[in-house]
Amino acid sequence: MNIWLYIIRKVVNMIPTLLGVCLIVFVLFNLVAPDPALLLLGKHGTVEQIAQIHRELGLDRPFWAQYFDIVKSAFTWDFGYSWSSKQEIWQMIKNGAFPSMAITVPAFILTNAIAISISLLVSFYRGKMLDKSVVFVCVAMMSIPGLAYILFGQYFFAYKLGLFEIAGYEPGFPNFVPYVLLPIVLYLIMNIGPDVRYYRTAVLDEIYQDYVRTARAKGLTEKKILFKHVLKNAMIPILTYLIIQIPFLVLGGILTESFFSIPGLGGLTIKAINTSDFPVIKAMTILSAVAFMVFNLLTDVLYTLVDPRAKLK
Amino acid sequence: MTTTTVRPNQSIWAHAARSIYKDKLAFISFVIVTVYMVMGILAFTGVIAADWSKEIGPSYSAPSADYIFGTDIFGRSVFLKAIKGAETAISIGLVTAFITVTLGSVLGLIAGYYGGKLDDFIGWIYTTISSIPGIMLIIAIAFIIGKGLTAVYLSLGLTSWVGLCRVIRGEVIRHKDREYVHAASAIGGSDMRKMFRHILPNVSHMMIINFSLTFQMAIKSEVILSYLGLGVQGRPSWGVMIDDAKLELSRGVWWQLGAATLFMFIIVLALNILGDAIRDALDPKLKGK
Repeated sequence: MNIWLYIIRKVVNMIPTLLGVCLIVFVLFNLVAPDPALLLLGKHGTVEQIAQIHRELGLDRPFWAQYFDIVKSAFTWDFGYSWSSKQEIWQMIKNGAFPSMAITVPAFILTNAIAISISLLVSFYRGKMLDKSVVFVCVAMMSIPGLAYILFGQYFFAYKLGLFEIAGYEPGFPNFVPYVLLPIVLYLIMNIGPDVRYYRTAVLDEIYQDYVRTARAKGLTEKKILFKHVLKNAMIPILTYLIIQIPFLVLGGILTESFFSIPGLGGLTIKAINTSDFPVIKAMTILSAVAFMVFNLLTDVLYTLVDPRAKLK
Repeated sequence: MTTTTVRPNQSIWAHAARSIYKDKLAFISFVIVTVYMVMGILAFTGVIAADWSKEIGPSYSAPSADYIFGTDIFGRSVFLKAIKGAETAISIGLVTAFITVTLGSVLGLIAGYYGGKLDDFIGWIYTTISSIPGIMLIIAIAFIIGKGLTAVYLSLGLTSWVGLCRVIRGEVIRHKDREYVHAASAIGGSDMRKMFRHILPNVSHMMIINFSLTFQMAIKSEVILSYLGLGVQGRPSWGVMIDDAKLELSRGVWWQLGAATLFMFIIVLALNILGDAIRDALDPKLKGK
């Protein structure tokens, strides 16, 4: 099958999923959620005021029309205005994307580079003490909640030792750097455990394959086998894992951003939750789902390009 | 790769129990999990830590011989709060894992066994749920349900079943055309009987592995919900204690964060190690991963 036909089919398959995402958002925020009029007016709204807010927000319209609005916003990316800041949501998201990525992109590259190197190293010594200790340390690091790392890091390294800025952000290239350093380190600490474990499994999966035995029988050195043969074949799970993380980079570190007062998308989401800002939460949910689906598709396509064995199903 | 030999007359469960008993680290983890369970039950029945809300000393006393883990803002014992927090954590872990495993395995069984439209429908549900980044959906559900334990149970339980559902569905498809299932049909077994009596036991190791995984995930996720003010209310929880530390640390009060993190770290680590050991024991194909 032609690769373009494959992509088109995959895109068409995304439509029911996207409709499903919109349905979840609709059920949660338009059906189950407490009446936004009461949230906006407090306890003392009169019947007329409530009716007027319902009219303004379009909540007096039939359910199918409200659902249709959500579906429409998923395609046009016109999410309306925030209830609390009255800004256009799409504008807020565009403004928030850069600060988020200023942390996550360098952190992502650094973490994965280190994790892949460590996993290659421990695969070389698989089953030995070094391998076992690294796996144990990874599991131990994964057993501490992210918030504890953030609190401790901010208190100890920024506040006590004064190595980093405690919180805040300044736009513009060199200005933002001091503010994102500690969040980057924290991202590394929170993600290195699962990453090393994943990459180690991916590499070990290949190490027991027949072709490795053949290579060894030919008399190749372990090092050559690892870097020339194993790494090349392990590239598929590694790439899949890398790409699927990308949508989360845009979303940013939800806790980290809110904690370090970085005006990114994660911080935006937390603020929206604290102020019951429905349209912003809805927009972030839909956008992150769309991003996830697009990168999922990208993984599938890349997979078929990289691995000739994969069939275009 | 080491091959695991199973004696013909020995059930896979007995074999698993034996291999966990032999693995020192896994056995210690099992003991730790049991201790926490007992601690949770004792706290629940009020045998221990019942007076956690009592003032035992001055506000924010540092850890000392009198106050093992110090006191909090109201002069309550941080140690007792951490123990009472075990009750909360265990209940969150158990209920969430129960919801997850029940939903995941029942839906996975149905989708795999019946196939067709029903499979498409269940597939649509789990593709949809897994398209929304977990954290966003958990936050959204908890936000809608409102604060409290129910929100924690439901938001975590309703979002984390998709992984198990997908695996079980795949396994059931492999199993449903095996001879033993045909034999069950031949003697007149109903669909229900074939699904739950015959196929389910063959995929049950996945349920157990997933149970321990979800258990520790839930305990960790409670912290995020507490930070957002969507978590447990009116009773101690490790998440709330860690969250309280954001105002306490600048005053040098580190012991609530320390105690809660330590209590949580030990059980989550034990569950992680135990989960890996159970997986290796029940699913030798995955050994060493």
